[in-house]
Amino acid sequence: MTARAYNFAYLDEQTKRMIRRAILKAVAIPGYQVPFASREMPMPYGWGTGGVQVTAAILGPDDVLKVIDQGADDTTNAVSIRAFFVRTAGVRVTTDAEEATIIQTRHRVPETPLRQGQILVYQVPIPEPLRYLEPRETETRAMHALAEYGVMHVKLYEDISRHGHIATTYAYPARVADRYIMDPSPIPKFDNPKLDDCPALQLFGAGREKRIYAIPPHTSVVPLDFEDHPFERTKFDSACALCGATDAYLDEVVMDDAGGRMFVCSDTDYCAKRQTAKRKDAAE
Amino acid sequence: MYVAVKGGERAIRNAHALLAEKRRGARDTPELSTAQIDGQLALAVDRVMSEGSLYDRGVAALAIKQARGDLIEAIFLVRAFRTTLPRFGFAEPIDTAAMRISRRVSATYKDLPGGQVLGPTFDYSHRLIDFGLESGDLSAPAREPAAPAGPADAQRPVPRVTDLIARDGLIEREAEPEPGAPVSDITRDALAFPAARDARLQNLARGDEGFLLSLAYSTQRGYGRTHPFVGEIRFGEAEVELFVEDLGFAVSIGDVALTECQMVNQFTGGGGRPARFTRGYGLAFGQSERKAMSMALIDRALRADEFGEERKHPAQDEEFVLSHSDNVQATGFVEHLKLPHYVDFQAELALLRALRREGEAAEAAE
Repeated sequence: MTARAYNFAYLDEQTKRMIRRAILKAVAIPGYQVPFASREMPMPYGWGTGGVQVTAAILGPDDVLKVIDQGADDTTNAVSIRAFFVRTAGVRVTTDAEEATIIQTRHRVPETPLRQGQILVYQVPIPEPLRYLEPRETETRAMHALAEYGVMHVKLYEDISRHGHIATTYAYPARVADRYIMDPSPIPKFDNPKLDDCPALQLFGAGREKRIYAIPPHTSVVPLDFEDHPFERTKFDSACALCGATDAYLDEVVMDDAGGRMFVCSDTDYCAKRQTAKRKDAAE
Repeated sequence: MYVAVKGGERAIRNAHALLAEKRRGARDTPELSTAQIDGQLALAVDRVMSEGSLYDRGVAALAIKQARGDLIEAIFLVRAFRTTLPRFGFAEPIDTAAMRISRRVSATYKDLPGGQVLGPTFDYSHRLIDFGLESGDLSAPAREPAAPAGPADAQRPVPRVTDLIARDGLIEREAEPEPGAPVSDITRDALAFPAARDARLQNLARGDEGFLLSLAYSTQRGYGRTHPFVGEIRFGEAEVELFVEDLGFAVSIGDVALTECQMVNQFTGGGGRPARFTRGYGLAFGQSERKAMSMALIDRALRADEFGEERKHPAQDEEFVLSHSDNVQATGFVEHLKLPHYVDFQAELALLRALRREGEAAEAAE
């Protein structure tokens, strides 16, 4: 079957309109999870079907697309999704976070600060931040409607009383525009501060759970914490072994079975640019 | 007609003849060979071997053919065959670390000794119907040579990820096997509760893929969360050894294809244990990743008591899970409702009528 049998960016225009309406509503009510008629996509649920649908709905022929997974452009799923849009939309793709107009991501926010006009599309497995405290959707929707978030604070408090600190390291809940509590998707809490007052539009798509939510540009996104136990960003003891970055999120790479470890930037674009700059400095 | 109260014998014979004819399908298409099923429907064969608890590709392929592609029926056929086989010994524990790897992926480390080996997987294929397959065998897309540091080299050691994590003491230790200690056998002893972990894993290993999948999924959606990471999935061939009394040592009796899944689960301490990663384990014959992963998630969910976790969801309820996981048992009992129940139904009818009569009499008396 040729790609010609499908519309630009795979989805038909009716579906795109439906998704765009959901996105507009999500932008109008920051952090609120908008139900949408999520479609079957040609990749499995859990692989980013929500993000792919959002990207397909907003993508235009002039867009430049970047796709990352775990911060990297070369991870298998990022490669696969990028290839999907090359095949179905024929858009230009890039690994350069500055050049991209749309960045679809799984589990990371790029280290390079985003700018106005860019859109960051998150792939979301479980959009409901209260899900692990209350499994029933009927209950959690009522809790959001009433802004009844005490149970979340109790959970965080229990963490502190048991472990001395909050034991959530990724998918760290945050309050958006002083109203809704949202799940930022399983990004490390290291990335949470990047969501706040971000000049780019941030869209979140959950395909299996059929929800879209958004953070419009320059919206306040505050991680939940307590005055005496303020939110803390994850810190690393080492610098990136390739580019020397000390301000980036690092992956641990196992070198051998004798306990050898190496830490490298999870954001491959950021790391590569820093390495190039270092080489240039050294050459000059 | 089915209705005949007596003389159902001829009806049954005719039904069987019709079934055989339907199984064969249109005579103008060639008959399926078991070699075709084994080779081209290999994953169905894998599933039937796993849940049939018998490693025999030929028998499993034949069962699939006989069952017209109904995999639970095929599993049933294999189980009924297996149970007649004599048991001449127990194999030595299989060493999955020494597997010849066809596929090995870790979701916890970007790179690691032995590398990430994708192998044959649907994971990154776009699910677009390939109408080209319809017109016959097209030559497969050419495989590109692996990168220089490619992990395809089967000779390199591929240590288990959980062993790597264990070096740092960040994951619970696997209980050391006691040599010579008896191992549960759920095909020889009735399951008792609480079940030991060996019995539980046996039960899950032959449990229905769909049932385990849905239960595992429920833990991911809040009904008994276990914070899982796929430490590793590996698929390959492992050697089976048998200790031969007369020889006084173990000899290799062949290889089995296995999928092993080690889930690494976050655990922040409790039940008198320190904070560390905990394990969920899954193992299945052939390439059965969905099954092995589901099994590993449920294994961990069922260990709730060990870690002082409150048991309040279906996947954490050992008796619920283990009593309902077997699809041969389940399909038998659900489908038995098709059998005649005239006698019981008649008794119910009589009761209903009596109750109605009493009710009407009481109303009339008011």
